Amino acid sequence: MWEVSGWAAWILSAAIFAWLIYDFFKINIGYSESVLTSSREGVDELFPAEGGR
Amino acid sequence: MTDVTVSPTSSQPVNLLKVLGPVHVWGLGVGIVLVGEFMGWNYGVGKGGAFGALVACFISGLLYTCVAMIDSEITSTVAAAGGQYAQAKHTIGPLMAFNVGLFMVLTYAMLGAADVQVAGQLIQIGAQNLGHTIDWQPWTILCLAGLALLNYRGVFATLTVNFVITAVAFLTIIILFVGVQPWNPTAVLLHKDLLTGLPYGWIGVIAALHFGIWYYLGIEGTCQAAEEVRSPGRALPLGTMSGMITLLIAAALTWYVCSGLLPWEYIGWDSELAPLYDAAKVTGSSFLTVALFIGTLLSAIASANGCVNDSARAWFSMGRDRYLPEWFGAVHPAYRTPFRAILFLMPIFAVFALYIPLAEIITFSILSGLLNYTFMPLNMWSFRKKWPVGTIRRGFEHPFHPFPAILLMALCVTTFFAVYLGYGRQLLAMMFFYIVASLWFAFYRYRYVRRGAQFTMSWPRPKGY
Repeated sequence: MWEVSGWAAWILSAAIFAWLIYDFFKINIGYSESVLTSSREGVDELFPAEGGR
Repeated sequence: MTDVTVSPTSSQPVNLLKVLGPVHVWGLGVGIVLVGEFMGWNYGVGKGGAFGALVACFISGLLYTCVAMIDSEITSTVAAAGGQYAQAKHTIGPLMAFNVGLFMVLTYAMLGAADVQVAGQLIQIGAQNLGHTIDWQPWTILCLAGLALLNYRGVFATLTVNFVITAVAFLTIIILFVGVQPWNPTAVLLHKDLLTGLPYGWIGVIAALHFGIWYYLGIEGTCQAAEEVRSPGRALPLGTMSGMITLLIAAALTWYVCSGLLPWEYIGWDSELAPLYDAAKVTGSSFLTVALFIGTLLSAIASANGCVNDSARAWFSMGRDRYLPEWFGAVHPAYRTPFRAILFLMPIFAVFALYIPLAEIITFSILSGLLNYTFMPLNMWSFRKKWPVGTIRRGFEHPFHPFPAILLMALCVTTFFAVYLGYGRQLLAMMFFYIVASLWFAFYRYRYVRRGAQFTMSWPRPKGY
């Protein structure tokens, strides 16, 4: 079991990074650049009463 | 749970979420640092002996108390991701902000790389203790992949996990302390036989300052959560100062237990990786040995987790202001994390973790951190001069100004001298790198900076302008 544990760790790591890259491209293709980079310092719409400008 | 996903056609801005509280700030700050109690600080014992390392621990504790006080005041007022970078942008100017941003990214990226390298090596040591030989590299990468996933999918879960594993790691230090029966100092502990004077005199104590920093390096990382806490004025000072108190307690207990169980020559030996774990082994208790192994591993993972979080926020903030390509200033529309910055930094973490020796990575991290601390007194002086107390609303006002800033500057200069004694070549190489980067920013990159939108706080015009 210990012999294959290293391979299992590599495979699991590859699977995680593959999902991250998949999601990364999905979001980049599905959303325009202006939406993704619309964040502004100190602003949040969930708590408008507490948000900054 | 509230669905915060933004549709592709929405005109709503995609911001980071304000979902964190003081426990998350504590988990972030202490989580990054606590690994320094389990390893790293002990090299100071090799420089100055056990007592020298204790003096370094207290002096560095004073340095970081000043850092925490200054940070708490400014960050509770400049509530923006990027921490000291955002502060520098408001109080000093773009070139300082660019440098401070780079200091932070390199501090956390190097520290995080060292952490995942150590986590992999600890798993290898654990397997060896069970009689099996395995490679550490796949475990280092698995650790990094898991943390990347956690950070990518949301800050609340990321820092909740950090709070829990950091608390468990801290608890193992308390368990070891109780396990060595401090109420009966000669039963297990051998301070009387093991403690010596200062083997290399006071110059050894100064040299030990370089590693005394390790007890607290990264507590200033709490500032990176400023844009994601629900109440910056309350959560940041509370989380940072309680974190500092936790670390002072943990540092004192660590020194006390290790110096009473292991000779100073062994603690300070270059090949000694985990002194608290070795101290637990010396007690002969299987329970303490397993507990400290788990504590050491969890502290390394918590530190790496905080470093992924903080380095990505600093990189993201610089991208958002176009100090770096704006592409990095993107936020994930569903998870509300700086997803491009997180993924971009992962190969850098991996390369340093897999190919650079631990001591080299740690030294680069310490040097960048020290440059960041040197900026803080300047930051404080400028902040109080431009916006004196009473002119703007502050979440926290630190006492005795300008004494903490003067003390911090004096301690930074002393520590630079200590670093120069042992790592002068690396210090000069690092300074050269930052000078070249500054020239690149001043003569090329600055033309792209969104200059009119730099100042985001609703403060009055600074005094004297």
